[in-house]
Amino acid sequence: MDAGTERNSSIRMERVTYSVGGRRIITDFDMSLEKGVNRTILGVSGVGKTTILKLLLGLLKPDSGEIYLNGQSIAGLRESQLSRLRRNIAIVFQNGALFDSMTVGENVGYRLLEEGELSEAEIERIVLEKLSFVGLEKTINLYPAELSGGMKKRVAIARAIAAEPEYIFFDEPTTGLDPIGIYNIRTLMLTLQRQGKTTLMVTHDLHTAFAVSQRFSFLHDTQLIFDGPEEELRNATHPGIREFFSPTEQSLFVNDRINDLDPLLHERAVTHLARQRPIKH
Amino acid sequence: MNVAIFDRAAKLALLQIQEFFALAARAVLRGFAPPFYYREFTTQFAKIGVDSLFIICLTGLFTGMVMALQALIQLRPFAATSYVGGMVAVTMIKELGPVLSSLMVAGRVGSAITAELGTMVVTEQVDAMRVEGTDVVKRLVTPRLKATLVAMPLLTIVTDTVALGGGYLIAMGYDINLLMYYKSLPQFMVFQDLIEGVVKPAVFGFIIVMISCYIGLSTRGGAEGVGTSVKRAVVLSSVLILVTDFFMTKIFIVFR
Repeated sequence: MDAGTERNSSIRMERVTYSVGGRRIITDFDMSLEKGVNRTILGVSGVGKTTILKLLLGLLKPDSGEIYLNGQSIAGLRESQLSRLRRNIAIVFQNGALFDSMTVGENVGYRLLEEGELSEAEIERIVLEKLSFVGLEKTINLYPAELSGGMKKRVAIARAIAAEPEYIFFDEPTTGLDPIGIYNIRTLMLTLQRQGKTTLMVTHDLHTAFAVSQRFSFLHDTQLIFDGPEEELRNATHPGIREFFSPTEQSLFVNDRINDLDPLLHERAVTHLARQRPIKH
Repeated sequence: MNVAIFDRAAKLALLQIQEFFALAARAVLRGFAPPFYYREFTTQFAKIGVDSLFIICLTGLFTGMVMALQALIQLRPFAATSYVGGMVAVTMIKELGPVLSSLMVAGRVGSAITAELGTMVVTEQVDAMRVEGTDVVKRLVTPRLKATLVAMPLLTIVTDTVALGGGYLIAMGYDINLLMYYKSLPQFMVFQDLIEGVVKPAVFGFIIVMISCYIGLSTRGGAEGVGTSVKRAVVLSSVLILVTDFFMTKIFIVFR
């Protein structure tokens, strides 16, 4: 990406570093989200992908570096000022983060009710429209505890799109779902993209990532080690990426550990891995 | 090494105190500007006030009864059992009523507030609210604070009244009629005692809610973190109620 494009990006991070309790989570992380270019941040579990989304939304404060929302730096902004900048962005949290004390309908219409600009009838119409978009209009009076994991994520998508944001962030949207649930989420994401929404997803689900994104960032050992399109990612030679892509290569690492522990266990593991076939993309 | 540990602990403690007072100030100031979240206020008032009535009545009844019993044993050798009503009243209204009802509310309501907010934090519901444009303090803390500030004095009045009733039940067994019991009340009390009896629970309610909300919103680390937060909130609120009670009593004595 050239410098001009990066500067025009309305959402971007520049050399962001973040630590928790002395432990470095991300180091000098750069990323930009251009309108219409759907991006996925990849990396193994616990590497700090969700942290990046929270930093972008101003939910966490970086140790150093700059974060821009709608082209404006969020450093030193008060919560009310941040709220205005976030108006254009929504997020679907990993487990939905639906408000347990509210019904599905109240969850979906939450932002609209808070803003208080629309009549109750208008909000109800929008809520029904968004719920029918995710195929859950019959759940409007249910509570989150009465929904399955996949349904919760779809309600969370309905809530995210209720105020018509331009950008939607997805935090591990397919984790813990069955194949039908994953298919539903992918379809919804693609439909939203066709409607003009720009998505930023963090995941370790490669199939979904390649299905819904054009650009990829790869986070490894607190640092960004790749930023580019799918072809370049597939051909990347960095060991961290190769390990992530290839179960055989990944297993070599495990083999070494097992070998240290128990030769018999190592032999069994090698036999088992030999039967496995690498994932084809 | 030890100096460094002490230094870090002291800084952390000061930071937490600063955060606590910042949260308290924001919660109070947010109460004067719309939206006022009336529905949230009534829900919290029902949870904090109405739902606590049974346990508060139980506390008041048995405390009043035991106070009367002890007082009667002490007063009997002096043929002064007719003063039992006044003794129960002054002890309950000035001290035991506010303290015991606050401790009950700290255990019952404070723990619930911390658990609820802590769970909302660890399940990212608080983050979701912030992204949806909600002022979390205004939405979650201020209605609870308002509800408690209204409910605590009322609950204490109920505790005191039930305790006086309980005291009379015991006094009846010692041939003290209602008139004697009632007439002894003003002999031990002045109007300022009644003020003390409603100001104290309001202050204790403030402590309970702010400690519970602060610890709840600072929760980290999943279900275990929520459990730890609840324990901290109840212990800290209870200790602060007792400590504050001492200093408030001193202040009221000075202005007597």
